[in-house]
Amino acid sequence: MTAAPTIDPFRTFASSAVPIDIANCDTDQIIPARFLRKGSDDPDYARFLLHDLRFNTDGSETNFVFNEPAYRGAGILVADKNWGCGSSRENAVTALVANGIRAVIAPSVADIHYSNCIQNGVLPVRLSDEECATLRAQLRDGPGAEIAIDLETQTLTGPDQTRYTFEIDPFDKHRLLNGLDDISLTLEHDTTITEFAASYAARHSWAG
Amino acid sequence: MPQTLFEKIWHEHVIVTRDDGNSLLYVDRHLIHDLHFRAFAQLKAAGHSIREPEKLFGVPDHSLPTTAKLLADIPAGEMREAVEVLEQASKEFNFTHFSMTDDRHGIVHVIGPEQGITQPGLLLVCGDSHTSTHGAFGCIALGIGSTEVQHVLATQTLWQRQPKSMRITITGELGFGVTAKDIILAVIREIGTAGGTGYAIEYAGPVIEALSMEGRMTVCNMTIEAGSRCGLIAPDEKTIAYVEGRPYAPKGGEWDKAVTYWQALRSDGDAVFDKEIVIDGRTIAPMVTWGNSPQWALPVTDVVPDPASEPDASVRATMSAAIDYMDIEPGQPLSDIAVDMVFIGSCTNSRIEDLRAAAEVVKGRKAAVRTLVVPGSGLVKKQAEAEGLDQVFIDAGMEWREPGCSMCLAVNGETLGAGQRSASTSNRNFRGRQGVGSRTHLVSPAMAAAAAVTGHFTDVRKFTEDA
Repeated sequence: MTAAPTIDPFRTFASSAVPIDIANCDTDQIIPARFLRKGSDDPDYARFLLHDLRFNTDGSETNFVFNEPAYRGAGILVADKNWGCGSSRENAVTALVANGIRAVIAPSVADIHYSNCIQNGVLPVRLSDEECATLRAQLRDGPGAEIAIDLETQTLTGPDQTRYTFEIDPFDKHRLLNGLDDISLTLEHDTTITEFAASYAARHSWAG
Repeated sequence: MPQTLFEKIWHEHVIVTRDDGNSLLYVDRHLIHDLHFRAFAQLKAAGHSIREPEKLFGVPDHSLPTTAKLLADIPAGEMREAVEVLEQASKEFNFTHFSMTDDRHGIVHVIGPEQGITQPGLLLVCGDSHTSTHGAFGCIALGIGSTEVQHVLATQTLWQRQPKSMRITITGELGFGVTAKDIILAVIREIGTAGGTGYAIEYAGPVIEALSMEGRMTVCNMTIEAGSRCGLIAPDEKTIAYVEGRPYAPKGGEWDKAVTYWQALRSDGDAVFDKEIVIDGRTIAPMVTWGNSPQWALPVTDVVPDPASEPDASVRATMSAAIDYMDIEPGQPLSDIAVDMVFIGSCTNSRIEDLRAAAEVVKGRKAAVRTLVVPGSGLVKKQAEAEGLDQVFIDAGMEWREPGCSMCLAVNGETLGAGQRSASTSNRNFRGRQGVGSRTHLVSPAMAAAAAVTGHFTDVRKFTEDA
């Protein structure tokens, strides 16, 4: 492997976690569209995450769980079904990263958002509905409680020390563990791509 | 071994497959819009260039106010910068760009097919979830994130794991007044907003075959609202007739070769799908969504459901939250819900057929509420004007606008006010989608037009019969 790490590798991670009890939480909720042209270096980027759930129109804070002092600084979200559905906006993951969030635990994560997480060193962990509900309940009962994740062994330790195992695509795991970005990986196949493009063009001359 | 349509196209594009099952795919067409304006500086900073710029097509759509004809008409700041930077990049990197002053510009998912850039058998990507639209032509069309956009720019390839396969067959026929939009809302209602996650969906059956290309695009467009990033329909004579003669379509001998290839692009009769869904077209009615997910759709003749009758606590909570946010009541007839504004447009429903359907309802009537009609491209706009549709809308007191995404995601300055309610032909009814505090109900163009002239949701079938 000649590719060099370009994003923070994800090996083990332990942090306090925040429960988000919203099924089908779409990426419009994760970052409203009006922030999509902002650069990731914008000093306010961390505020864009879940903005309209966290802030009133006058900028004051709502009573949304994310604003409770015990959950501030949480590096892990425990969400509900179909987290990140809707728009392909990768800004949703940029907003997670801007808040130091490195993992999202949910029963299911929408396909495009899932890929976007992998591309940015954020680990999506899929546990069952019941396991996620249990974790969210534990976090509500014990605000500030920690969850620990070990990607190599694909295990997660809940606030009550219960150990869970999770599945992940081996390629996604490899990229996260090593902090690899796809372009560097792909360019290892540079010659193969060039040869393929030529043979494809010969077979599909009309498609050029 | 029998193959599905998706598998046939997929295998044709696989460059390498890793031991873990992930494949590097060759990309035939890459479409890019203004919200990716930062991609080019990032690409350069990383020391990359565009590998095959002749396969890249750019167009501004998200950031165009639909009152703007020139760059100078766009408010200064990031909105104008996005449009400006995309055009500059097209010159620097030498890719095709349809500028806002060019009649060929419009919503990226409208102009791809319109220009013949979208063709059967291709692998097409765009940094936009509604890229699934292009699957209507029998190609693999994938919405991707911005890192993947840069990856395609730099390598002309994309890493993917082959998704599972689902076939959704719509049997029978559609009733009077029922359209492609109602089909896809009925599908999403049936399988749920995550029902297609991890799948590529092929739509089939007599109802799909009977749809125009515009209708098929509407169906494939909202595939992402069912959780699947790829919907497709086998190409047939209608598909080929649509593509023929378009500017970027193959010509002469290449056209003949292409047609021969396209005609063989269909799922084998004995191909096995991981999941099969069958919906009887005769059971589909004109639909209206009432909640904050496209799956919360019901026939317009129905009432707002009662969360109390929902056994699942999580679903019940979601329903209650939506009813509260939308300011509606359980048991309230959907036809009693009054709207403040109507939006006819978006990559779902802004093509000529959509505007004709809306105009047919509007003709000779007056708008009861403010109504924006936004054609999907400059060419759709010209066609509509040639047919006099613009005058139908203007005579009704509606606003006839320049092309763009407009109020679908409302990043061009066109929004609903807090608490305002729309009937919208777009694709998402999420909280705040059309502006902070906005309330969106999704409908077909004919249903949107009916709501516009009555001021509330109205069964377009009754409406048309009464006329």
